[in-house]
Order: sequence, then C-alpha cells, then structure tokens
Amino acid sequence: MTRLRDRAAPYLLALPAWLWLGAFFVVPVVGLLWMSLMTGNIITGFRPTFNVAVYPEVVTTYWEQILRSLGYGLAATLLCIVIGYPVAYWIAFHGGAHKSTYLLLVLLPFFVTQVLRTISWKFLLADNGLVLGPLKTLGLLPEDARVLSTTVAVVFGLAYNFLPFMILPIYAVLEQLDHRVVEAAHDLYASRFHAFVHVVLPLSLPGVFAGVLLVFVPSSADYVSASVLGGTNNTMIGNIIQSQYLVNNAYPTAAAITFVLMAVLLIGIFSYARALGTERVMEVQTG
Amino acid sequence: MRKNRSITPAELRGLTQARYSRRDTFRLAGLSAAALALAGCGVEGQSQGGTTSADFWADKKSNGKVRFANWPLYMDPEKPELQRFTEQTGIEVEYNEAIQDMPSWFGQIQPLLANGDDVGADLMVISNGQELTKLIALGYLAPLDRKQLTNFTEFTDEYHTMSAYDYGNKYTVPYASGITGIAYDPDRVGREITSIKDLWDPEFKGRVGMMRDPQEISNFGLFYTGVSPADSTVDDWKAAAEALKQQRDDGIVRAYYEQDYIQPLTNGDIWITMAWSGDIFQVNAEEGSNLKFVIPEEGGTLWTDNLTIPITAPNPVDALMLIDFLYDPDVAASLAEYINYICPVPHAKEVLLDRAAELGGEEKKALEDLANSPLVFPSDSDYAKLHDYVVLDVESGEDEEFNSIFQAITQA
Repeated sequence: MTRLRDRAAPYLLALPAWLWLGAFFVVPVVGLLWMSLMTGNIITGFRPTFNVAVYPEVVTTYWEQILRSLGYGLAATLLCIVIGYPVAYWIAFHGGAHKSTYLLLVLLPFFVTQVLRTISWKFLLADNGLVLGPLKTLGLLPEDARVLSTTVAVVFGLAYNFLPFMILPIYAVLEQLDHRVVEAAHDLYASRFHAFVHVVLPLSLPGVFAGVLLVFVPSSADYVSASVLGGTNNTMIGNIIQSQYLVNNAYPTAAAITFVLMAVLLIGIFSYARALGTERVMEVQTG
Repeated sequence: MRKNRSITPAELRGLTQARYSRRDTFRLAGLSAAALALAGCGVEGQSQGGTTSADFWADKKSNGKVRFANWPLYMDPEKPELQRFTEQTGIEVEYNEAIQDMPSWFGQIQPLLANGDDVGADLMVISNGQELTKLIALGYLAPLDRKQLTNFTEFTDEYHTMSAYDYGNKYTVPYASGITGIAYDPDRVGREITSIKDLWDPEFKGRVGMMRDPQEISNFGLFYTGVSPADSTVDDWKAAAEALKQQRDDGIVRAYYEQDYIQPLTNGDIWITMAWSGDIFQVNAEEGSNLKFVIPEEGGTLWTDNLTIPITAPNPVDALMLIDFLYDPDVAASLAEYINYICPVPHAKEVLLDRAAELGGEEKKALEDLANSPLVFPSDSDYAKLHDYVVLDVESGEDEEFNSIFQAITQA
C-alpha cells in the first residue's frame, strides 16, 4: 500500500501541471493545427479540407518577415547577454546584503505592461526628445538623425523588454557557484581574467543557455516592439499573425504561420541544445 | 479629451475625440480577443441570406430595457439624452463603453452570433468598413423596420441615407461621421498643404506618416492615382499600391501608424500625415499646438459610425425606439454639442442656432461656432469633396485580395 502510494506520488504531484498543460496548451495547439488545414472565409465558414498547401504558401509569402524576426530575436538575445551577464555577475558576487533589492529592481519594469513600457520609449527617443535633442544641440548627431522607426529601435526595444529573463537565470547559476573553485584557480596562479574565462564562465553557461531560450523565443515572436518602434520595413512575423487574425479574419493562414514559426523556433532550439551538449540542458533542468 | 470642458467649446469644434482612445494601444491587446474567437474553433460562417424585416419584427415587443454598446467618450458622461429617453418611454438604458476597436469587437461577438447567442448588447455602434460588411453579409444584423424610424426618415439628409456600404439603411443608421484628411505642422512644413501629392513630396523625406489600416491607406493611394475609392477596381488597387510602394521605397514614409501618429506629429518626428480631423482639433486645444487639418483638393474620405442591432438582441424593439429617439433634432443637437462630429441631422443646426439666440456672450458664441462649423454641419460643397470607402465583396473573398495588396506595403 505504502509502496504503491510512494510510486504514485510523483505522478499525482505532476497531475495539476499535466491537466493545466493539456487543457490550455495541448488542446488549443491541436485546434490550431486543425484550423490551419481548413479553407474558406469568415462568411462562408471554414471547412476542414486538409489544405497542406497553405504551409508552402505562407513560407513563400512571409519568409522575409520570418527571417527578420529570427534575426531581430537573435540580435536582441545577444544584446541581453552583453548587458545582462555583467549585471547578474555583479549582483551575485558583489550584491552583498542587498541582493534581493537589486533583483527587485531588475524585475521592476515588469510591473508595467509591455505595451506601455514600449510606448514610453517613443517619448524618450523622439527625434528632438530627451536623449537625441541634447546630442543634436551639441552637434554630436546630425540634425536628421533618428532612432525611432528603425531596426535599431526595434531590436533594442526587444532586448529591453526581455532583459530580466536573461539576468535571472544567469544570476541563479552564479549565485550557486562554489567560490572555492575560483579561489582554487587563483591558488593555481590564474589571473582574475583567466579564472573568469576558464572557471566562472563555463560554470555559468547553463544559466546563459536558459536565458537564451527565455529571451530568444518570445522576442522572435513579439509584435509590440515592431508595431510601436518600427518603421517601414521592420514588420515581424508576430505583426503578420496579428493582422491575419484581426484585420483579415484569415484564421487558417494565421494558424499556419503560427505553426511555421513554432517549427522554426523548435528546430533552432534543438540544434542549439545539441551544439551546446545535452548535459548542459539537463544541468539547467536539475540545477 | 472631450471631458475637458474648461477649454472653450469653440476651440474644440470639429470632429472629435472618440477616435483618440480607440485605435491606440487597444489594438495591441486585441489579439487575445481573436484567440478567444478561435478557441470557439470550427468557425462556422452562417450566411443567413437575409431575414426579411417583416419576419424579424413580427413577434417582437418592447421589454422596457435596452443595452447600448458604444465607443468610449462618445456621449456626455451624464447621459442626458438617455435620461430623457427613459423619462419619455419608461425604457431603461444600460450604457456600456464596450467597443475599443472594430477588429477585436468583431472577434469578440462573431462566435456568439454564429451560435445565435446574445452578445450582451441590443444596440451597438459599428464603423463602416470590412467588419460591418462582414456582419451584414453574415446576416448578423437585424433588418431595421423603417416604418418605425419616423424621425430618421423625416430629419436626416441624403448624405446619410445613400451610403455605399448600406444603401437605403437596411441595417444601419449613422450615429456620427468624420473625415480622414491631412494634418501638418505649418512651422516645419513651411508652406500651405493642399494636395495628396504633398504626401509624396521628397522634400518631406522621412517625415511623412501614413495610416496602416488597409482601407484608409488605400483611399489615399487611390486619390493620388486619381481614382475615387468607391468606384475602384482591382487594377486601380494595384496601381495605388504601386504609388504607395514608391513612396515607401523612396524613404518618404517614416512609418505606418494606427492612431499613434498624433504624438510623433506634435513632437516633430513627422511633419505631415494622414489624420482624423477630430484628433487634430483636440490636440490643438489640449496642448496649444498649431497643427492644421485639411481636406486635400483630390478629396478626403467620409467615415461613419453606425447604430446597429445584433440579430440576437433580446430587446430589439427598445433598441429601435432609441435609434429613432436619437434622430429627434433636439436630441441630435444635444449629442452634437458633446460629440463634435458630423451630425447626421441637419435640423439640429437650427436647434442650436435657436438656442444660441436665447443665450448671450461666450455660450452664445460657442453654440454659434458649433452650428456653423463645416466639420459638424458640412455644406453641400464640403460634402462634394468627401468620398465613400470602397465596399468589398466579402462573400467572394474580395477583401482578402484587397488586404493583401495593401498590407504588402504597410507590413513589409
């Protein structure tokens, strides 16, 4: 009896999660797949016709936006690493008694919705706004220089919005890091730089790996940043999905694009996981 | 916004504010509504092929209540008109500012209507455009009983009965109308803007704003190529798209906007842009800016927000009575005073002038300015410059072709 309960316990504990995922992820995803294979329009109704042709169709029509989204997502992820790693490092090793305060500060922007946060950038970065205005007055920037409505604005907007997702996992790993291994490196005459490159950095990679996943996936699929900060040729695939759903009511097309995006991201993630080695992925999961 | 009554109404005159809050950030939140619509899955279209008006109204009675779904800031918060309606008829009105933008409202009500369920409203304000066309084609709107709309028949004008999207008002009667034209900052532009072609002027490279909405931007592309939108064909759309593509590829367009063009226009990121006139009057009144709004010589477009009854409404008779009540010139005048959009009841102008005659000073002048504003009571020559949107045949999927032509420009 006890043994049975012992064996069943983990499954019972996982049950809420399975039910949750089943109801709110698996069912909608299957529904979405089903929807993508329908044809018709909102007036005549959509009927299942197993129209697989929609897939090559959306890829040929929107490959540019798909590639652009991946590119923007990648650029935003790299930016997040460059900006986020030192922050995580500093909080973990030099945060002292105020670590949780600093972490709260990192999370603080999340208390405001992403749309509003992004819109606030339009005030800051206006052509003659708080940032560019003074630089132009000082002659450091040409008069017609701009940030808004450019690729740079979109990528930085993405990086800004997802930065905490990079900082937190890196911090979590660095925080757990056994300082004695760093001391050992110093004892073996490693400079601070060498100790970092050969000891701290490799040990922190699982955190970076998790951060990359958490930032790359949502930023590639984002539609707020491009919509608010982008210009004429900055449309991301998320914006296309949005207008296919809402403006065109072309539900099958929108569903198909969603699946293509999911497939591309999954393939990307798996190749990335392979390249980094699966044990690292496991490390992230266990620790 | 409109609630700012400390500004003299004269400054606020013009088509106004409701559009301000409508299309801005809400659109971004709209996707979840669509996802909900989709969760209803197996989306059934139900082309009902038209219940006749007589059939629909045969067994309907007044129930003493009506639920009115409207855009935000589209009626005096005190609702004096609705109070009068309740006093006169005993019908209670539940007023909701439930509608933020057309695509997400459509996404919200479509699955309910497809199931024959109540959408939570007996009367709703729907802008002319693809969503309205779809609602009509799907048979989701109650055919109006024109015999009951005596005020409407008596007091409206030809401009509000001969729309291209619902000729003869079978399903819709106007609540208010407005104009899409050009707004610019005269200090930056440095000359008077009169033409659509100014939006293509290389002198304003990177300083031009265009609208992202396929129908809005197509109208201006069509004007540029010399075609009236209502009569346009697929070939015209392609030619217009070509002109718009050129404008984009030459770097003239800075970005394609929803309603978020206002802020870049006031802070100088863009100098000249497609605009809704009411926004401009409002921003001038609120921020003391000196922006100008013009209807270009090639033409501007007239859009209309319409009163409609969902086919599933439990209280359609009460809704119909309310519609007709709003066409009483006294009531229409009172609405116009708050809304500042084009009033579909020309007689309201006389009501306002009569009322002004009894007043003095500031108030008199404010009412006179309102009554004489070409943007609230346009003259025939004003109307002559305004065009209807093209009405797309949604049943044959014409809207898909149309949207893909223009989204290829705005969503590259």
